[in-house]
Amino acid sequence: MPTTYQNPRFDYRRCADQEPGATAHHPVVVVGAGLVGLTAAVDLASRGVATLLLDEDDTVSFGSRAICFAKRSLEIADRLGVGERIRDKGITWNRGKVFLRDREIYGFDLLPEPGHAYPAFVNLQQYYVEEWLVERAHQLGLTEIRWKNRVLEAVQESACVRLTVETPEGPYAITCDFLLACDGARSQVRRSLGLAFTGQVFQDRFLIADVVMKADFPTERWFWFDPPFHPGRSVLLHRQADDVWRIDFQLGWEADPVAEKQPERVLPRLRAMLGERRFELEWVSVYTFQCRRLERFRQGRVFFLGDAAHQVSPFGARGGNGGLQDADNLCWKLAAVLAGQAPEALLDSYDAERVPAADENILNSTRSTDFITPKSAASRAFRDAVLELSEDHAFARRLVNSGRLSLPCSYAGSPLCTPGESREESGEAALPPGSPCPDAPVLDSERTGEARSDWLLRRLGDGFTLLLALEPRTPLPAGLAALAGESPPVRPLLVSSGPRDSGGLPLLIDAEGLVAARCGLQPGAALLFRPDQHLAARWPRFDPAAVRAARDRALGIAATAEQEVFAT
Amino acid sequence: MTRRLRTEPRLADADGFYEALMAAYRDLPEEAAAKLSAKLILLLANHIGEEAVVREALEIARREG
Repeated sequence: MPTTYQNPRFDYRRCADQEPGATAHHPVVVVGAGLVGLTAAVDLASRGVATLLLDEDDTVSFGSRAICFAKRSLEIADRLGVGERIRDKGITWNRGKVFLRDREIYGFDLLPEPGHAYPAFVNLQQYYVEEWLVERAHQLGLTEIRWKNRVLEAVQESACVRLTVETPEGPYAITCDFLLACDGARSQVRRSLGLAFTGQVFQDRFLIADVVMKADFPTERWFWFDPPFHPGRSVLLHRQADDVWRIDFQLGWEADPVAEKQPERVLPRLRAMLGERRFELEWVSVYTFQCRRLERFRQGRVFFLGDAAHQVSPFGARGGNGGLQDADNLCWKLAAVLAGQAPEALLDSYDAERVPAADENILNSTRSTDFITPKSAASRAFRDAVLELSEDHAFARRLVNSGRLSLPCSYAGSPLCTPGESREESGEAALPPGSPCPDAPVLDSERTGEARSDWLLRRLGDGFTLLLALEPRTPLPAGLAALAGESPPVRPLLVSSGPRDSGGLPLLIDAEGLVAARCGLQPGAALLFRPDQHLAARWPRFDPAAVRAARDRALGIAATAEQEVFAT
Repeated sequence: MTRRLRTEPRLADADGFYEALMAAYRDLPEEAAAKLSAKLILLLANHIGEEAVVREALEIARREG
């Protein structure tokens, strides 16, 4: 039993939808109040969209599960109001080491660059994040969470999705316009719709042991191949909050998953590794893994997010982080469609943008797994050859793969992006369309009086924003304020190297020049960011007509006009 | 310029090279021999440094295997 964390219990409550008679209808239903489902519900609530969130359990995750939150995830969490809590409670780390037997063969440093609100990685047990997202959902007041409500069946009808929901008092039915399936690797929604979930199974088993101890290990990711305390296999050590340490033992395919979870099997493994240190066992799990995905993440009115849509191995921290980016991608689009600002065709771009992202995660995770768990005598020989050569030869260290860590995904080539000007026009450093906006420190001079330090991403907000780089003495172009009054609005955000006349528009002072450097801004450049803070389009000069066209393209509006012509 | 794999004779002392190769494997059990081959391939591939050339060699080796 965990000693550092007490799972909150959320009561099951009978609701009006369970009364016999008419079937209640909800615009948006989210299935699964895990990390991804809660993120989606809070993201939608932050955009004014009410959801019904169904969960089969009555608490947050049991066990630490996803523990590595990458920078992009932290930035998404910040937008949702829980980023600072995660950073403050979690463990910030930047360095990793790889050992072969008893020697260090390779080290990496994620080279923390100053001038970002969030670090490269923060480790924190998943249950904390879920608990805070539940609190945030309650604060925003647009999410109705029904605990102990398990979806038995989802049926796609022409005008809605029909759900059968099991409760302690028996089943009831509801319908909805849109269903977000965030119900994990064993998604009942996916099964119910009979969708194939195909990919590669890895014939290996791993033991996760969360251990509480006061240890003098540095705050680094340590990975061993063939260590003396666990010969012939690999081990991963990672630090979490509350002096909890995650230890991952590779067991091999022949290991008995039930027996290996017993303390009498786990404790000797830990003692061999930790020696005389005092420790307490917090949580144990044995798992195998697969790399696979659904062919399409949108199926009519049903959307699949997180593990329900795609599964990867844990090496590289690409599961939870991928799922958060799914929610980040889908929610603004769904909100725009529900508000009548975008056609339903916009929702197809969730598929177009997140399927390649999932493939990238699957590719990286499969490569890591192939290295960690060689599938044949030949691949084992190469793996061991790489490890042995890496001790003395730098080239081989590049081939050592103990997990390639999650990086923010770019939607370059997405139909929502407006192709940019040439590299010669925009400069080599120009942020390409599709990229997430990089963070940078800014001085916010919106208020009169003294300027306040803030972060670019926080000031970018969660709508369409036009970042306009203006020198202090360049006159303000006409037509900016009008964009802010349209539906949906494009909010102008001026960036200048020093104080200037802003004509009443929000102004950021790029005192350190990092906004210009990281976004590749030349004076006069205009950058249109989408509500998920990815770049939709960029121009060397502001042109209101071009901005409107790019916004409409990012809303899928052009595509629909063609479809309507086709339909009539 | 992308170079192509060179397959014309280039080793001055072909018999001597072959003898040295065999000598390296002499008395090695199967597993150790496989690891030696792997190390050799990795070292040489990195020395060549051009992925297209190495991929061409891979294709030939696999086709004629």
